[in-house]
Amino acid sequence: MRDVPQLFVAGVSIGSIYAMAAIGFVLLWQTSGTINFAQGEFVVLPAFVMVFFLTVLHVPFAVALPATVVVSILLLGLLVKKVLVERLLRMGVLPLVIATLGLSMLIRYSLQQFWTPLALPFPTIFPRAPIRAGGVIVSSEDLMNVLSAALVIGTLQLLIRRTKLGWAMQAVAQNRDLALILGINVSQLVGLTFMLNAALTAAAAVLIAPIYLVKYDIGIAIGLKAFYAAIIGGFNQIRGALLGGLLVGLVETYAGAYISNQFRDAFVLLILIGVLLLKPEGLWGVREE
Amino acid sequence: MSLLEIDDLSKNFFHLPALSRVSLRVEPGDLLGVIGPNGSGKTTLFNCVTGVLRPSGGQVRFKGEDITNRSADAVYHRGISRTFQLIQLFPEMTVLENLLMAAQERKGTLLSRLLGRDETEETDRAHKLVDYLGLSRVKHSAAANLSYGQQKLLDFGMALMPHPQVILLDEPMAGVNPTMINALVGRIKELNAQGYTFVVIEHNMEVVMSLCRRIVVLSQGAKIAEGTPAEIHDNPAVMDAYFGS
Amino acid sequence: MSAEAGRAVRQWRPLGVLAGAAGLLLLPLLLEQYKLYLASLTLVYLILAIGLNLTLGYAGQISLAHAAFMSLGAYAVAILVPLGVPFEGGLVIGAIVAFFWGLVLGFPALKVKHHYLAMVTLGFNIIVFLVLRNWESLTGGSSGISGIARPRWGPIRFQSDGAYYYYILGWAMLAVASAHWILHSRWGRAFRAIRQNEMRAEVVGVSLRNYKLIAFAIGSAYAGLGGALFAPLLTYIDPGAFTLDRSIQFLMMVVIGGLGRFEGPFVGAAVLTLLPEALRRSQGFYLIIFSLAVILMMLFMPKGLVGIWDWIVGRATHRGLGPAGPPAPGGPVTEVTPQ
Repeated sequence: MRDVPQLFVAGVSIGSIYAMAAIGFVLLWQTSGTINFAQGEFVVLPAFVMVFFLTVLHVPFAVALPATVVVSILLLGLLVKKVLVERLLRMGVLPLVIATLGLSMLIRYSLQQFWTPLALPFPTIFPRAPIRAGGVIVSSEDLMNVLSAALVIGTLQLLIRRTKLGWAMQAVAQNRDLALILGINVSQLVGLTFMLNAALTAAAAVLIAPIYLVKYDIGIAIGLKAFYAAIIGGFNQIRGALLGGLLVGLVETYAGAYISNQFRDAFVLLILIGVLLLKPEGLWGVREE
Repeated sequence: MSLLEIDDLSKNFFHLPALSRVSLRVEPGDLLGVIGPNGSGKTTLFNCVTGVLRPSGGQVRFKGEDITNRSADAVYHRGISRTFQLIQLFPEMTVLENLLMAAQERKGTLLSRLLGRDETEETDRAHKLVDYLGLSRVKHSAAANLSYGQQKLLDFGMALMPHPQVILLDEPMAGVNPTMINALVGRIKELNAQGYTFVVIEHNMEVVMSLCRRIVVLSQGAKIAEGTPAEIHDNPAVMDAYFGS
Repeated sequence: MSAEAGRAVRQWRPLGVLAGAAGLLLLPLLLEQYKLYLASLTLVYLILAIGLNLTLGYAGQISLAHAAFMSLGAYAVAILVPLGVPFEGGLVIGAIVAFFWGLVLGFPALKVKHHYLAMVTLGFNIIVFLVLRNWESLTGGSSGISGIARPRWGPIRFQSDGAYYYYILGWAMLAVASAHWILHSRWGRAFRAIRQNEMRAEVVGVSLRNYKLIAFAIGSAYAGLGGALFAPLLTYIDPGAFTLDRSIQFLMMVVIGGLGRFEGPFVGAAVLTLLPEALRRSQGFYLIIFSLAVILMMLFMPKGLVGIWDWIVGRATHRGLGPAGPPAPGGPVTEVTPQ
């Protein structure tokens, strides 16, 4: 009989990583109306980049991490924005969504073909030693994951609430046309959001790589979890994506431990269907007009 | 009971009030003008009435029925049609097809539109409208290939197709040359005499004063004046709204 | 290129169609087994593409469940026919079940704005896959079902590859004809209106909800039909043929062919069948090219490969409203400005 508290921490740990991917996903949706079907691959690519820095260039971790984030921001933020988003957004939402579908496959199969179809080992960042706290044994890796994620998400929240940029993002999310009239440079904002998303996914990549291992096709699972989290939690609120991610992580962990590994996805899916049918704006979402 | 009753209609965008408790009555056969400086809420008013936007407060009643939160297609079915300030047409369809499109959803059921193919009545009406509006030469051209003025006329024609009871025209004269303006004004007067009710947003003061029998003035989302052209002309509040104090 | 080319094409079109039809009829006599299999597969994909084109191309709805609906038809036939149900019965049931689930999924999803249907279909595809894989007593689980029999009408058996090709061809022609009929009705005009200017369409009385729902349900029914014909072609099916990745590939097929154009599915189906064959040496490579093609197409040729044909024929590209290519469903991004 596994420890409920231990599983709780494990669930929150993986859930907070899902939440990071989900938050980026939701931010993109809010500011540009894009469903980024390549979000999972936006996590996989930085993971591979990190492996490259660490095992090929033999760069120390402290350098590799920021370098990966920068590369991610440049490739998946700036480049994607310049090449794809700018052109396609003008034509409405559909072409961009389809392009992200294409992009997800492109990244995935390019990694498979041009790098390796095999799983690459990822060095553990946090020690795996268990920590004893008040009679409960908890993995320190899980704890560190939660703390790191909390740091990232906390910073993001500050950014959104306290800065001009964050205010502009909220304005665009609520009413794009009005934001344009208010003088907000929506195009620039969308670009910044893509870059922010790239930073988030890079951070998520670093945390999740030791758990999932680094393989070309893990993006599918990660992307799906991010979608589930966003839909279940609430597509139009960051808080929704956060709570949704945590919920998905918890359900997955508990179901996997108590019922079966095979069916743990099924439970999340059941919740997903329930939410879609009964409260489509998400458990913590707000009804859109 | 008036034909169209708008009560305390309000609309907020991100805490900015675009419409503040606007009330208005439209009677059958009216030729009502809606004027006001930019940003005064005129198009927002139309959008709320026609179901394109959901009002934040207030009520809209048409022929006694509350249509406040109805969708745009439901409003159209009840007999209110409109044109747009930024022209909205079906660019790849021909002029005739655009007109037919404006009529096809008014009659019958979803299934009947699949099975039935008879459109003689609508086609006749479309041809008559095309002639009436002077678009005969381009009736088989794609809407995207028309000149601006022709597109405006097509927009107008689409609003007329379903025999509507109230027609909302959003800046029908914008960007139109003076000859065409006169022609359009003439057409609107003719149609009004035939019994069509019009509500017209316009910036062109000459047109509004000569065309409309009654005028409503909006400023910053609120109604600040209502009356005959003469009354509005002499109203100091209207001057203030346009030129500031 | 030129209006003359356009006129020439229009003149010769009926003859072209006839020649094409004759070619299709003669194929079994000309092709050897594997190539005939490819031709049959192309026809099946054509039916699937026609359905998805209706949902996505005409009604602007992203469906990520096309493979799942296909599986409903495939498994219907695979399960029911051994129980004594005639093949056509299983096929029709599969299509109806797909239609039904299309309505069930679409009804609540379309009440909410934006691409909620995309999300719902994504979930549905995964759920169906899980069910297919785990309900072993019904579906054979991961092992699937093998030995799927081809149809027979009493003494007439469509057992041979050539005979089954003709059977598929018959249904494909029916699918094409029915799609043609639907799209040339007032529904077709409503769909075109929704595609060209969704907001205006609603304002002239088009119930977006109803039309999108029916397009989605009918598109799903076509997928069921395609699935039912797919099963006996391979004589073996397993859940792996109906994954989310497959649904995405169908999506891309329709995009590459040309969204919202009648000819689109023909081109898309041919490309999706032939491209992997041409790149057979490197499996994953074809997917890279495919996905790159989709991205490039969205950027430079949003009308799809059909757009090339338009250019050759000198079809009027529309100027004035909107950018190159028709405005995508959802309308131009700047819609109503508050005034």
